[in-house]
Amino acid sequence: MTWFKKLMPSRIRTEGGGGKRTVPEGLWTKCDACGAILYRSELERNLDVCPKCDHHMRIGARRRLEQFLDESPREEIGAELEPVDTLKFRDSKKYKDRLVQAQKKTGEKDALLAMEGRLKGRPLVACAFEFGFMGGSMGSVVGEKFVRAVNVCLDKGVPLVCFSASGGARMQEALLSLMQMAKTSAALNRLSRRGIPFVSVLTDPTMGGVSASLAMLGDINVAEPNALIGFAGPRVIEQTVRETLPEGFQRSEFLLEHGAIDMIVDRRDMRDRIASLLSMLTRQPSP
Amino acid sequence: MNINFLEFEQPIAELEAKIEELRLVGDDNEINIGEEIARLEAKSRTLTEQIFSNLSPWQVSQLARHPQRPYTLDYLERIFTDFQELHGDRAFADDRAIVGGLARLDGRPVMVIGHQKGRDTREKVQRNFGMPRPEGYRKAMRLMQMAERFGLPVLTFIDTPGAYPGVGAEERGQSEAIARNLFVMAGLKTPIVCTVIGEGGSGGALAIGVGDRVMMLQYSTYSVISPEGCASILWKSAEKAPEAAEAMGITAERLRELGLVDEVIPEPLGGAHRDVDAIAQSLKFALKEALERLDSVPPDKLLDSRYQRLMGFGIYNQ
Repeated sequence: MTWFKKLMPSRIRTEGGGGKRTVPEGLWTKCDACGAILYRSELERNLDVCPKCDHHMRIGARRRLEQFLDESPREEIGAELEPVDTLKFRDSKKYKDRLVQAQKKTGEKDALLAMEGRLKGRPLVACAFEFGFMGGSMGSVVGEKFVRAVNVCLDKGVPLVCFSASGGARMQEALLSLMQMAKTSAALNRLSRRGIPFVSVLTDPTMGGVSASLAMLGDINVAEPNALIGFAGPRVIEQTVRETLPEGFQRSEFLLEHGAIDMIVDRRDMRDRIASLLSMLTRQPSP
Repeated sequence: MNINFLEFEQPIAELEAKIEELRLVGDDNEINIGEEIARLEAKSRTLTEQIFSNLSPWQVSQLARHPQRPYTLDYLERIFTDFQELHGDRAFADDRAIVGGLARLDGRPVMVIGHQKGRDTREKVQRNFGMPRPEGYRKAMRLMQMAERFGLPVLTFIDTPGAYPGVGAEERGQSEAIARNLFVMAGLKTPIVCTVIGEGGSGGALAIGVGDRVMMLQYSTYSVISPEGCASILWKSAEKAPEAAEAMGITAERLRELGLVDEVIPEPLGGAHRDVDAIAQSLKFALKEALERLDSVPPDKLLDSRYQRLMGFGIYNQ
């Protein structure tokens, strides 16, 4: 860290940006998987999938929904929800400061974005986790926003699609976070009883409390290729069983093989495949 | 150091040892030292009261994991009659980290489900230290759905460090097993009463912890991650566990203040393990009271208020 960065109060310091990146942002970017140098705008046209090796890069929540939904109409759900530091939680940094930093870094108020919109002309609600916001962790705001998204589905009788990308429950909200697992699962129970479909799309990574609640409860569980999906993190498992984990452990292909998900879908086919699935589940003509 | 006492209890252990010594001397010499013993006993009681009136969250979490702390089967034996254990998830195996079955509570048939830790090394391994695998949660779900079919209330006892983080558990869908239980419990058409009796370890605890009434024993804990786990992630050192325990607010009283727990059941002086019969009596009383309260609620109203209770969890601005 430079002397100038050290001078800045931790509240306004942002983490992770710059530094490591060797290519200036905006023009060129490097694929994390194959190392190919890619032209940024071409990569964007390809939905942030590497044209050389098909590696699916992590993308932010807003970009995700922009890629997925029809251009209009779109209306955000629960945009007014903001996190609170109820417990006055402090580790090496205050939770309050972490929140401000994450908000500055991502431009989002918390780690979930929900929108009412259309997919190939048919109305639905879609939400997406913002992994850049404290690892997409689920606290009170994420839980409440998800429930509100479900409530719009219940009110209007439209399907729900959720793209998850999360390290799990948010430690800084302690047991309140754990209870969001029960809250979101209960809401999905209502949706299910009403016969409204829920498609869960698991993206890299979906772990812990998010994977052990809403993300695994899809009528149909879809994963992007090679996403890390599981309950316990690989490091925790390695420490527990004291052996190195097999190649591909907890990856989408592993989950498909073990029967945990219905299918793996390439991001560039996501709109087509989900539109087709939803049209059949809602007994409508193909889109 | 007396291993039956925790580190912060050592002053009590020393006094107790002295009392024990005096008793032996008394027997030998027929000298009347009853007075001295009584004085020391009173002192020991005062000291215990003093220490226990001011426990830190970290000390409470040590009590919650005390090697002599009563486990689910200890309560089953004392609170219920006619217990018949039911085994297996009908798909893969019987997970012994979760016990469940039919029993009677003062004559009334109920379904009891709880985490079970082992007492000696052999049993600890058999019970996998109270850390269930997916088949454990699926057994629990099977028993809950059976209870629903036959109109029996479900009583769960929570005491686990967490769901087991192993290769097989992941292969068989640990996440899905936990998620499915949360989903099913939210809509189960029969009363559910959950009690945290020891360690409420994260998703592994919550997977049998969604109910109409959630109670905690005074020195039990309930948290999103273990203090050690939280410390090693946020403080980069497991030794900061006491700080993490403090920051997360994992104690019964704190969680009741936050509205996440409905009732705290007081423990005997020195903790549940000092008088298992007494704590079993208190727990039995609380369970009966909870059931009576839920009996008067019509089934659809029951589900509705359980739903409202769950939707109320969370603190945010808008």
